Amino acid sequence: MKAVQLRAPVVGPDSVAHQARLLQWWEAEGGLKGFFGSVDHKVIGIRYIVTAFVFLMLGGLEALVMRLQLAGPDRSLLTPQQYDQLFSTHGMTMIFLYASPVLSGFSNYLWPLMLGSRDMAFPRLNALGYWIYLASGIFLYTGFLTGNGPNDGWFNYVPYASRPYNPGLNEDFYSLGMVFLGIATTVGAANFIVTAFRTRAPGMSLDRLPILAWGTLTASFANLVVVPAVSLAFLMLWLDRQFGTQFFNTAGGGAPLLWQHLFWIFGHPWVYAIVLPAMGMVSDGLPVFCRRPLVGYSLVAISTVATMILGFGVWVHHMFATGLPGLGMSFFSAASIAITLPSAVAVFAWLATIRFGKPVITTAFLFFSSMILLFVIGGVSGFMTASVPVDWQLTDTYFVVAHLHYVLIGINVFPVVGAIYFWFPKMRGRMLDERLGRWNFWVMFIGFNLAFLPMHLTGLLGMPRRIYSYGPEMGWTTLNLITSLGSFVFASGVLLLLVNVIRSWSKGQPAGANPWDAPTLEWSVSSPPPVYNFAVIPTVASRHPLWEGRLSSPTCSSLQEGPLLDEGRESLGTSAVEASPDMILEVPQDSCAPAVLAAGVAGTFSGLILKSEPLVIVSAVVLGLALLWWLWPRRQLREREPA
Amino acid sequence: MSGSTPLGYLDAAGARAAAILPLTWFMLIVSIAVCVIIGAVLVRGLRGAQANGGAAETRSVGVSEGPSGIAWIRRGLVLSGIPLLIALVWTMVTLAAVSGPPPRPALTLDVTGHQWWWEVRYNGAQPQDTFTTANEIHIPVGVRVLVRLHGGDVIHSFWVPKLSGKTDMIPGQINLGWLEAAAAGRYLGQCSEYCGPQHAHMMLDVIAQAPQDFERWRALQLKPAIPPTTPAAVRGAALVEYRCGSCHQIRGTLAAATGAPDLSHLASRRSLGAGLLPNTPGTLAAWIDNAHNLKPDCLMPNQQLTGADLSDVLEYLELQR
Repeated sequence: MKAVQLRAPVVGPDSVAHQARLLQWWEAEGGLKGFFGSVDHKVIGIRYIVTAFVFLMLGGLEALVMRLQLAGPDRSLLTPQQYDQLFSTHGMTMIFLYASPVLSGFSNYLWPLMLGSRDMAFPRLNALGYWIYLASGIFLYTGFLTGNGPNDGWFNYVPYASRPYNPGLNEDFYSLGMVFLGIATTVGAANFIVTAFRTRAPGMSLDRLPILAWGTLTASFANLVVVPAVSLAFLMLWLDRQFGTQFFNTAGGGAPLLWQHLFWIFGHPWVYAIVLPAMGMVSDGLPVFCRRPLVGYSLVAISTVATMILGFGVWVHHMFATGLPGLGMSFFSAASIAITLPSAVAVFAWLATIRFGKPVITTAFLFFSSMILLFVIGGVSGFMTASVPVDWQLTDTYFVVAHLHYVLIGINVFPVVGAIYFWFPKMRGRMLDERLGRWNFWVMFIGFNLAFLPMHLTGLLGMPRRIYSYGPEMGWTTLNLITSLGSFVFASGVLLLLVNVIRSWSKGQPAGANPWDAPTLEWSVSSPPPVYNFAVIPTVASRHPLWEGRLSSPTCSSLQEGPLLDEGRESLGTSAVEASPDMILEVPQDSCAPAVLAAGVAGTFSGLILKSEPLVIVSAVVLGLALLWWLWPRRQLREREPA
Repeated sequence: MSGSTPLGYLDAAGARAAAILPLTWFMLIVSIAVCVIIGAVLVRGLRGAQANGGAAETRSVGVSEGPSGIAWIRRGLVLSGIPLLIALVWTMVTLAAVSGPPPRPALTLDVTGHQWWWEVRYNGAQPQDTFTTANEIHIPVGVRVLVRLHGGDVIHSFWVPKLSGKTDMIPGQINLGWLEAAAAGRYLGQCSEYCGPQHAHMMLDVIAQAPQDFERWRALQLKPAIPPTTPAAVRGAALVEYRCGSCHQIRGTLAAATGAPDLSHLASRRSLGAGLLPNTPGTLAAWIDNAHNLKPDCLMPNQQLTGADLSDVLEYLELQR
């Protein structure tokens, strides 16, 4: 967005004529151009969510096949190599192609609506982020479907990932695909940060930000810092594999441990990046059903940031068995134990919110509140692995597998499904079915715990990760059978969600603007919201603009009267901390440049994997032209400094 | 509970593993207690829902500020802080106790991880006291044995749960670990860093013996190959030198390569294929004939010997006790 010529925005009341005028500017184009050119954050957000769910289903199917293989001892449904590609692709899919993008989707959809803006700060960059994500996902899956999926686990340790031990295309697909995907994460993070600091509604100072925004903002800062580390690591791996560089090769003076440092200095903050926004969903959603504000808002917001800061100093706990010096490890051990404290703040804040509230039990509430327990289970097992000597036994056994699934499913999938029940009415204008919702919740909850709670014991009984087969004498047979049964129950729960969404898409009860009587700005507009989000830019005077009058907080938010901004596709830029009005922002028109640019990038990466120079050159030209087209100076977007 | 599982680590048979156990149990019990308490608080909190008469409509229940509830966060932090602090101090104490290698080990081993087997080298004072074996470590009971860990190709991890936690075997660096068994017995080890398709079948036996038994074993291992006596064994020996000798070693014969497990005294070992099969003439024949059938993707080529050749080879190898 660019600042346009200086003028004070006209402040006035909402009216039908005004809305019609806005629609002229904002009306989306139809057809192919509209499809590929849309920069509407709501469209992009839903695309992210749907795509991420497709990957969730794929990753889930991979898991089910693995659970069939492990359901009993010495089974031979899969060859070792098939099993290796399945568990690696499952990890890659769930961690990179589902867990983070689905949260980006929700934040994309919700942020401008929660913050009182008409779009993200950089709508075209937003579109680019989605197209790159989609293209890199297809790229990675092309590898898998042609038998060239990653086969060294999601953290891909060298030297096994190096060419002498892994001569196929598998690791080339994975390393290039991860560099590719890193572009999407990076542009998305930059966009979120600027959006958070520059486009909030007047009056929405930082201490009035919904916790979801705190979570995504914190995660975005982390991503901006750590994604370069992993992109670099994968680029170095690819160079080692294709150009004979020696970054990781001992014989050439390289060091295998360098990979682990580069990967985990990214990997651990990433774990927080894919749970903090989801914790934010719970912090925002749970109080609505407890009919009171969140207990300890400021402490929860601060602990979100504190978790991330500590999270930068714990990566070595993935490397306790690598023979690092004990003194160094003890610092990382202490940091990993201390990081429990900010998490405890959130847990007790949620518990107190329920205890001192008047909970209304809905499906969304069940998902949000059960997450507290799953979060604690995943947290305490993490606390155990934080202790170096204890971790020497726990690490790389199924105890860790159980731990990470409680973290990723408990703290990501459960809140996300809760968020679907909570925000689907906003997105679609129809309610999801509550009765089916209860079934959905209980089947998922029981299935999940049946699958993963006994898995802790499987780990304590010594079952190592990533083995394709085990003997009957090892004592893991019954536990594995239970886990396999549980995984199928869990999967049917996810299926029920799908059924509910499909049924309610056209047959659900009409939702109205605010079906839950929730307090934040997204509920002040119709469901689904108009393409311009807010006919007048709201002015916010409290954390709960829609509960004003019922709480002791100030009651002067203005939702029906405010800056009209109807002389173009415009939104309001505000100052970073206080959110006082600063400038009028011009929101760019729909454009296919991001999609074409993404296609150019995809072509370039495909050329690199195929070692086809013509394809690389042609794609690079397309990429360059798309950039030119995108960035070509236009008079109506001429930027002027504010006075 | 876990005593019956070969890789379970909730029971220990040696000093290094035993030192960790009390801390593990403490953390496990604290963890379970925390889950139970939080679960109980959560369920109790949900009882508030009944006060609403189980309202299904959110809107029908009024919004109110309610008590601040901050005290819960304060109390929660204090209550969680105490076990965390105990765990932290305990961790540091335990770490100091188990991490350092023994200062003057009675025995030093070099163990190297390969795809998918273990090379074990016993270092003697003199070259003639040094020998190499595979997939089987013998140690005397009650003695701290220093284990120097090497990565032969990719990263592996050395883990004998009843005796010691994991230490990785990384190419280009030497990590130190130690083992001490409290009682005679057989303790199973397993590679615990993913290292390729046969990571699952990369097991190891640690056999703790009374000192005199250990010395007897060592003396036996130091002997060169037992010469063939029957015509079949003579033919077998020639085949082994010619065929197996391009990768394997049998000390005292022309088979002297080091790329694959040392086969000296092979018949004295308990298992084949790194813990995959018990070592019997039948399984050995099946292994030589078609190792890939038993351990897909392993680096041992199928030998495709004639029946007569195979039985000659077996006769010779079975001599090597």
